[in-house]
Amino acid sequence: MIRRNFTKLLAGASLVASLMGTSAMAQDNMRIALVVKALGIGFFEAAAKGAEEAAADLGNVEIIYTGPTGTTAEEQIEVINALIAQRVDAIAVSANDTDALVPVLKKAMQRGITVISWDSGVAPEGRQMHLNPSSNPLIGNMIIKLAADQLPEGGKVALLSATTTSTNQNVWIAEMEKVMGNYPGIEVVGTVYGDDLADKSYREAQGLMQKFPDLDAIIAPTSVGIVAAAQAVVDAGKVGEVNVTGLGLPSEMAGAIDSGASKSFAIWNPIDLGYSATMIAHALATGEATAEPGAEIPMGRMGTLTLDENNEGAMADPFVYDSSNIDDFKSIF
Amino acid sequence: MTDTTRFIPDRLQSPLQKRLKSWETLLLLVAVAIFMANSFASPYFLNAWSLSDATFNFTEKAMIAFAMALLIISGEIDLSVAAIIALASTAMGAAVEAGAGTPVLILVGLGTGLLCGAFNGFLVTRMGLPSIVVTIGTMSLFRGISYIVLGDQVYKGYPSDFAFFGQGYVFWVISFELVLFAILAGIYGILLHKTNFGRAVYAIGNNPTGALFSGIRVARVKFILFLLTGLMSGIAAICLTSRLGSTRPSIAFGWELEVVTMVVLGGINILGGSGTIPGVVIAAFVMGLVTFGLGLLNVPGIVMSIVIGALLIGVIALPRLWSMWRAR
Repeated sequence: MIRRNFTKLLAGASLVASLMGTSAMAQDNMRIALVVKALGIGFFEAAAKGAEEAAADLGNVEIIYTGPTGTTAEEQIEVINALIAQRVDAIAVSANDTDALVPVLKKAMQRGITVISWDSGVAPEGRQMHLNPSSNPLIGNMIIKLAADQLPEGGKVALLSATTTSTNQNVWIAEMEKVMGNYPGIEVVGTVYGDDLADKSYREAQGLMQKFPDLDAIIAPTSVGIVAAAQAVVDAGKVGEVNVTGLGLPSEMAGAIDSGASKSFAIWNPIDLGYSATMIAHALATGEATAEPGAEIPMGRMGTLTLDENNEGAMADPFVYDSSNIDDFKSIF
Repeated sequence: MTDTTRFIPDRLQSPLQKRLKSWETLLLLVAVAIFMANSFASPYFLNAWSLSDATFNFTEKAMIAFAMALLIISGEIDLSVAAIIALASTAMGAAVEAGAGTPVLILVGLGTGLLCGAFNGFLVTRMGLPSIVVTIGTMSLFRGISYIVLGDQVYKGYPSDFAFFGQGYVFWVISFELVLFAILAGIYGILLHKTNFGRAVYAIGNNPTGALFSGIRVARVKFILFLLTGLMSGIAAICLTSRLGSTRPSIAFGWELEVVTMVVLGGINILGGSGTIPGVVIAAFVMGLVTFGLGLLNVPGIVMSIVIGALLIGVIALPRLWSMWRAR
C-alpha cells in the first residue's frame, strides 16, 4: 500500500517535472556558459562582466557564469557535466588542465554544444577554437610603442627582462626588435635580467640608471620587473626623467601610476576577453561563422578574429592602463 | 489466583521496527527527498543521460569508500588514498611512455595501489604507529613522488581501448564505472556482513584486545584492510585516469576527505565498531545527487560544500535530537 502510493507520487513528480521541462525548453534564449578556472577571482569576475555586456549587445542571450571552487580539473569536469545536462548552446572555458578536460569537452561537442577555450587553452581535439588575449607580435610592438609614445623627440630606452631563458620575454623582445624601424629616434641601449625576483630586478634597474644617466625609459615586459623598476625610479628621485613601462598588473602598478614613475603600461583586459569569448561562442553556435583555419569571426566592438592553422586567434593589442583608468581596474586584478 | 504470566520480549525491537528506525532508512528518505527536489527544481534532471553523467561524480570515490568503511569500522583510517591515486596514475603514465598496453597498465595501477597499501599496513601493524599519523605522512610522500616524477609535465597518450574504464558504457546509459561500483558494493556487502572476516572487523573495532584474546589475528586483519584500501585506490586511479585521459600530479587532489565524508554520512562510526555497506552506498548516491542537482542550478561550488557539510551535520544530529526528544 505504502509502496503503491509512493510509486504514484514518484510518477506524479516525474510528470510534473517533464511538464516543466517542456515549458522551459520553449524558451528561445541562447545560453552561453562562461566556465572559469575558479570562482572568486577578480580577473574572471571582470571577464563575466564583459560576457554580460556582450549578451546585452546581442540580445536573447543568457550568460551562465560558473566554475569550480578550487582550480582542479576534476571539479571543472563536474561543472561541465552539469552544463551538458542542461543542454546549453555553447561552452567557453578557461581550462584548469589542457588535457584532462578533453574527454568531457569532446562529449559536449558530440551532443551538439559549441565549445571554445579562452585565456587558458584546451588541447585542439577538445575545442573548436582558442581565443588568446593577444599575440607575440602585438605584445612586442606594444611594449616599444608605450615607451615611444612618451618620447616624441626620441630617446634612450633599456630593457629589464625576466631570466635569459624566459621563453615568453625572449620572444616578445625579438618581436619588438623586428618593429624598431617604425620608431625612429628610439635607441635601445641595453638589456638586463632581473630573473623575476623583486630584489634583483630592483638592483638591475638601479644599475641601468647609473650606467646611462640620460636614460629616458625602462621597459620591463614582466609583472615583477616593472614594479621593481618603478620603485627604483622613485627611490632614485628620477620620477619624470625615467618612465617605467611594459607589462604589469593594475593592482600592483596603481602606486607607480599615482607617483608618476610609470606613465602607462599594458596587459590584457579581462572585460574585453569575456566579451570577445561570448561574441565568438555566439557566432559559432548560430552558424554565423565556422571555426576553421583562416576563418574570420566577428567579435562585436572588438573587431574580427582571424584563426591560424591551429584554430587559434589573438584578440587584440594588450590594453593600455594609465592614470585615466587605473582606478577602475586596480581592484579587479 | 491472579494471572502472573507476563510477556517477556526476547528482543528489544522487532526486526521490522529495527530496520525502519535504522540509519539506512533515514538516509534513503533523504536520498528520495533530494531526488524529488531535484526533479522539481531542474527540468533537465530526469533524463537518462544526465543521470548517467551524474554517477561519475561519485563512483570512483565510492569504490574507495567501501574499503575505507571496513578500515574505519576496524578503528583505523587511511588518509593517503587520494595520494595513492596520484602515484598509481603516475606509474601508469610512466608505463605508457615505456610502451605498455592496456593489460599491463591495469596491472601497474593495481600493483601500485597494493604496494602503497602494504606500506601503510606495514607501518601501522608491524611498527605499531597510529594510522592517522602514518597516512598523513604517506599522503605527502606518495603525492610528493608524483610531483618529483612529473613536475609541471603531463602523461598522456593512453591507448584508445584504455578509455573504456572511465568513459565506456556496458549497456545503453549504464557506464562501466557504475557496473563496477555495483559489483564492488555487492562484494564488500557480503565480505562485511556475511563472512567471518567481516565479524572480525566489527570485533576489532569494538574491542581490539578482546578480539585478540578470542583468537582473531588483529594485525593480519588490519594489514589486509590496508591492502584492500590501496587496491581500491588503484582501481579508482585506473577509472579516473581513463576518464581524464591524462595524468598530472594534482590528480584527485583533496579526495581523501570526500571519501571519509561519504563513509561517515553512510553511518559508519568514525570511532569504529559499527556501520553498514548499504549505508555507504546510499550516502554515495546522496552526495552525487546533491552535487549534480545543485550543479544543474549552476550553484557555485562553495555553496555545494556548505550544503554537503550541513547535510552531514544534519543527518548525524537528527537521530540524536530525536532520541533526546523521546527521552523527555
